[in-house]
Amino acid sequence: MLKRVHFPSSPLPYLLVAPQLAITLIFFIWPASQAMYQSFLIEDAFGLGSEFVWFENFQVLWEDSHYHAAFWRTAVFSVLVAALSMGFALILAGFAQRVVRGAMFYRTLLIWPYAIAPVLAGALWVFMFNPTLGILTYFLKHLGITWNHYLNGGQAMTLVILAAAWKQVAYNFLFYLAAMQSIPNSVIEAAAIDGAGPGRRFWTIIFPLISPTTFFLLVINMVYAFFETFGIIHAVTQGGPGSSTTILVYKVFNDGFVGLDLGGSAAQSVILMVLVIAMTVVQFRYVERKVEY
Amino acid sequence: MADIKLTDLTKSYGPTEVLHHIEGDINDGEFIVIVGPSGCGKSTLLRMVAGLETVSSGEIQIGGKRVNELEPSARDIAMVFQNYALYPHMSVRENMAYGLKIRKLSKAEINRRVEEAADILEIREYLDRKPRQLSGGQRQRVAMGRAIVRDPQVFLFDEPLSNLDAKLRVQMRLEIRKLQQRLGVTSIYVTHDQVEAMTLGDRLMVLNGGYVEQFGTPIELYDRPASVFVAGFIGSPAMNFVPATSDNGVATLPNDAQVSTSLGGHSGSVLIGLRPEHLIPDDAGAISIDVEMVEQLGANTLLHGTLSGTDHAMVASVAGHVTADGDSQHRFRIAPDLVHLFDLQTEKRLAI
Ligand SMILES: Nc1ncnc2c1ncn2[C@@H]1O[C@H](COP(=O)(O)OP(=O)(O)O)[C@@H](O)[C@H]1O
Ligand SMILES: [Mg+2]
Repeated sequence: MLKRVHFPSSPLPYLLVAPQLAITLIFFIWPASQAMYQSFLIEDAFGLGSEFVWFENFQVLWEDSHYHAAFWRTAVFSVLVAALSMGFALILAGFAQRVVRGAMFYRTLLIWPYAIAPVLAGALWVFMFNPTLGILTYFLKHLGITWNHYLNGGQAMTLVILAAAWKQVAYNFLFYLAAMQSIPNSVIEAAAIDGAGPGRRFWTIIFPLISPTTFFLLVINMVYAFFETFGIIHAVTQGGPGSSTTILVYKVFNDGFVGLDLGGSAAQSVILMVLVIAMTVVQFRYVERKVEY
Repeated sequence: MADIKLTDLTKSYGPTEVLHHIEGDINDGEFIVIVGPSGCGKSTLLRMVAGLETVSSGEIQIGGKRVNELEPSARDIAMVFQNYALYPHMSVRENMAYGLKIRKLSKAEINRRVEEAADILEIREYLDRKPRQLSGGQRQRVAMGRAIVRDPQVFLFDEPLSNLDAKLRVQMRLEIRKLQQRLGVTSIYVTHDQVEAMTLGDRLMVLNGGYVEQFGTPIELYDRPASVFVAGFIGSPAMNFVPATSDNGVATLPNDAQVSTSLGGHSGSVLIGLRPEHLIPDDAGAISIDVEMVEQLGANTLLHGTLSGTDHAMVASVAGHVTADGDSQHRFRIAPDLVHLFDLQTEKRLAI
């Protein structure tokens, strides 16, 4: 039996964690429970009263084909955003690691996009792809492609995916670069002596060794795509045309603040909350297990 | 198997030259140790042979073929790194098989080679473990195994034992030597440890500040060190140095003691080198030491002090037990042909 150590009780430890607890309570637990409570209510048409309906809001969502569509759209959107930005970041990190001269400059350059507010990032892309004025639209026209993301849902989706992925590349790049730099040089040199060329070294040595970072980034990027892309979508397409770029988090906003279906919107945000908790749990599980090679 | 030829080899990082005009012929099957203090360029030289560093000027030949421009993989070498550099995510077996798979050997052949190497190194029971599940000594063996399965022309070692504890280091040292003799593969071994160098090498290349001080057998280095640096570096405890004036076979020490040398026909200021183990206790001897501290090592005894009447530090190593208290004077003699003389300015050996 272990003997328990008893410390003399003192209010100090409680005082020390109090600010953190207060912040969590005020900015997370309280709004979350509000949303939870709200998701059980249906407001009447004039917003004058509300009725407690248990799970009816969820039931409605369960049967709502628009919601299903938004769900799949979000899945496609976030997988593509994560894959694109991580893939691109991986390539950049692979190159950056080899750069010796001007490495600092190159890295600083790559980190900039991360410092840009999502709405600004969105605006940037909107300008570049503006159907009448955009520089990229102009080039695309020469390639025989007519670009108008205000009319074409697929193009709108492509654009928000590009913008969202671009914004996240810097973050992924930093993590990938750090991960690559933590691999001892001699391990890579040993592989070179063993006869592995650069490509083979990458896929058989570097990539497996940075897999913990890949798992970590995958979750982070999914969470990012699920939630933090709101600003970009709002600036670029506002969920349109139609609902072709309305991902879940945008639908929460749209249904709640535009459609004024507060109960349904709250139910959606509760679902999102459950999703993010699930992803975090998966991540912790994975980080603990798979990651030790 | 192959011989290695280094011709006028230099290495610069930007404007700084770290290796200067290295020359050396290494015979087929020879075990060469590159030894020198930290930062003298040993690793750089080895890595140039491996192809991990570019050659600034000069030429490296392996097996009569210029390899300057060849990739490491095309040089048919294997290297053992100081930190072992095992692939952490692969089992011991996969670590050893990695290079063979790349060379597209058949599965059966790969297995045969891996198991043969595992038997030689006695790591068969660890074949399915990951490197992190092994001790330092076992990792060291795996790194060796990864080198020998490749059956290369040349083995390169960069301080492979310096992360092991003292006892294991001695044991692995012997094993590496036996293995190399058995396989007969030309080897270059880098270390900063002169004992390791003396026991392992057929020949030693002593590097200092990017220059080759001397390249010869351990006995040559011990008996006829080419410079003050080599004389001080090889041998333990280190050689005693005292300035003296040499005049036709007699050297006069700062305290006016006279020591016979075998260097006739020379006169002038010199640095005289006396190995502690060559000082023989003799009450009529010319060399007198004020002993300040006695170090009992069991088999022999070290007497630390200064040359009487001066403050030049001196050490004498005397066989057996000597009971001497501090603060006593001891006299020694030395055979003339064991007295080393060096030029005071150039610090090079004066030919005897
Ligand atoms: N990549 C490098 N850039 C600049 N200088 C280097 C580099 N690698 C080694 N050096 C310098 O070259 C010298 C020799 O280094 P090294 O071969 O590692 O020494 P050793 O292995 O003998 O301890 C050192 O002075 C070191 O500072
Ligand atoms: Mg070194």
